[in-house]
Amino acid sequence: MTVEGLSKQYRLGTSQAQDGSLAGALARRMRQLVGRRAGPPPVDDSLWALRDVSFEIQKGEVFGVIGTNGSGKSTLLKILSRVTEPTKGRAVINGRFCGLLEVGTGFHPELTGRDNVFMSGAILGMKREEIARKFDEIVAFAEVEPFIDTPVKHYSSGMYVRLGFSVLAHMDPDILIVDEVLAVGDVRFQKKCMGKMEDVGQHGRTVILVSHDMPAITRMCSRAILLNKGQVVEAGPAHDVVNHYLHAGHIQPCAEWPDPASAPGNDSVRMRAVRVKSETGQVTDVIDIRKPVRVEIEYDILEPGQMVVAQFGFNTEEDVIAFIANDRDPVWYRRPRPVGRYISTAWIPGNFLSEGTMIVGGGLFSEDPWNEYCDVPRVVGFRVVDPGTGDTARGDVTGRWEGAVRPLLRWTTECNPFQQGG
Amino acid sequence: MESAVAQDDSCALVIEPRTGYVHVGWRELWAARELFYFLAWRDLKTRYAQTAIGASWALMQPLLSTLIFTLVFSYLAKVPSDGLPYPLFAFAAILPWSLFARSLERSTLSVVTEGGLIKKVYFPRLIIPISATFINLVDFAVGFLILIGMMIWYHVVPQWTVVFLPLFVAVALLTALSVSLWLSALNVKYRDVASIVPLMTQLWMFASPVLYPASLVPESIRWLYGLNPMAGVIEGFRWALLSKAPPDWSMVGVSLGVVASLLIGGVMFFRRVERTFADVI
Repeated sequence: MTVEGLSKQYRLGTSQAQDGSLAGALARRMRQLVGRRAGPPPVDDSLWALRDVSFEIQKGEVFGVIGTNGSGKSTLLKILSRVTEPTKGRAVINGRFCGLLEVGTGFHPELTGRDNVFMSGAILGMKREEIARKFDEIVAFAEVEPFIDTPVKHYSSGMYVRLGFSVLAHMDPDILIVDEVLAVGDVRFQKKCMGKMEDVGQHGRTVILVSHDMPAITRMCSRAILLNKGQVVEAGPAHDVVNHYLHAGHIQPCAEWPDPASAPGNDSVRMRAVRVKSETGQVTDVIDIRKPVRVEIEYDILEPGQMVVAQFGFNTEEDVIAFIANDRDPVWYRRPRPVGRYISTAWIPGNFLSEGTMIVGGGLFSEDPWNEYCDVPRVVGFRVVDPGTGDTARGDVTGRWEGAVRPLLRWTTECNPFQQGG
Repeated sequence: MESAVAQDDSCALVIEPRTGYVHVGWRELWAARELFYFLAWRDLKTRYAQTAIGASWALMQPLLSTLIFTLVFSYLAKVPSDGLPYPLFAFAAILPWSLFARSLERSTLSVVTEGGLIKKVYFPRLIIPISATFINLVDFAVGFLILIGMMIWYHVVPQWTVVFLPLFVAVALLTALSVSLWLSALNVKYRDVASIVPLMTQLWMFASPVLYPASLVPESIRWLYGLNPMAGVIEGFRWALLSKAPPDWSMVGVSLGVVASLLIGGVMFFRRVERTFADVI
């Protein structure tokens, strides 16, 4: 499989709006016909979701594609699975190919599990007798045997995605493209999914794995590419690319400035380090959602009398501000400080953050009068993971869960029994 | 087995921007014929899910229309019916007309309706409007049984001309498909189309000899009337089944020509536009 200079351009905003209604398009066409200019010259509102991406994948290789959200991963996936056409470039694929952007594609809620397996299989390009042959295997893998003749609208979300994934996993394509979000359900089933994909890879088939899950990429893939803003920034052995991704400013749990001259700040206050630590004080980039996290900032106060307040801003991976926290340690709050090396630590309780990547920005300020000594966005980051043990805010729910934070609240429920004969 | 075939170099798949003339892709379409059956089967199975009287709804509409038209046009307005009992005259036209109108409406909306699929997985897009058109044959078949019942009631025996019946049914479907190929593709970008279609079918019905015989139309403009393919279809359908008033063959000829050119243009237009479906829906 060869990909050469693949590019995809999207048009955004203004010109779309102008074109979006039939009347608008007709009016524009009319104006063009009578020779007048169609309004002001169109502004360049195009976006290159993918730009000049080239790589080659050998037969039987498990190939990783990584990158932050919006880096072009899903656009690449869409082009390779032929859902949308590239603007430029080409890809040549040898062999039966299967790309899927979502589990349960083609499922109809009114149809039974059995019907939907056939439906979904047909949409993915399987022949009827092929589906029939693999039917029992598909159902067994999805663990939905007792409900196979129930309409899928009555399925739990877990059962739904399990069945959807199972159809995909049994396609036996020569080239399989999988988005990590396809590995779904509870932790146990996710492992089963990943195992199945590894299996596919070991049987001489080509797998393209798109994922945020760095351990999975390093474990399963031989080579990988890193996408950023639609371009390939790094390609090579999966291990190297993952390291590059983790340590080249994308996300790391620790940032230090050993050389005071290059450290952020000025001659009165300088930032020296920001670290993410576990409850027990180890620098770590993976945090159990149930456990507290310590984020600490180390800084020098070089002139006496500064009233310094440390600040952290916590953003989600989508760059949504989850919350901002200023140092309110009563020992130092509103007090001028002596010269010295300080470490301020923000303690974030367990069962509060949301799953996923947290990007932390650190800053040093004085609040009254307002003065910014330094402010470093995206200085560190860490990943919060739900172990799937059922004792978190997620409970037994699988699948997507929105929200910038995910506190485990105290809940109380009252019950007033109905009065008999009342 | 399949994989061995697919690995053949001649089957290499090339993904690149398409420009200029886009071929129809018959081979791909043929290979996806099972998907066509599956889509139709799914629609049938789900259409009347959670309804009390199920498929009987398919009969309600043509039967009620026939009743009302008989009252208004025959009883009150005394419209002639080529010497046939008016209910039979009307129903024999409403049936192919409903086939056409339902097909046109469903098929026009089909691409947007299946937007979820289009954005997620590749398959020949032409399958969607084709399947949405042909599925209406099922409702038609049920209605046809009623028509046979009416013919027995009125003692009308079909002549040899009945062999032409499938031809006119096919033309009705192809007419619906040829128009909806254009409209379904346009509807992706301009949702105005969805609002235009009901209006269009309503006007179109009055421009077709559903409620009145084509013989009411002056001879001199009959050929012009034939530009409406459904005029030929409905006259032909009545003639084939009820053997009264043979259709004006020049009119049928014009109709066929119109359908053929609309269809070829429609397929080419659809193939051209389908490239942007996933980005625009």
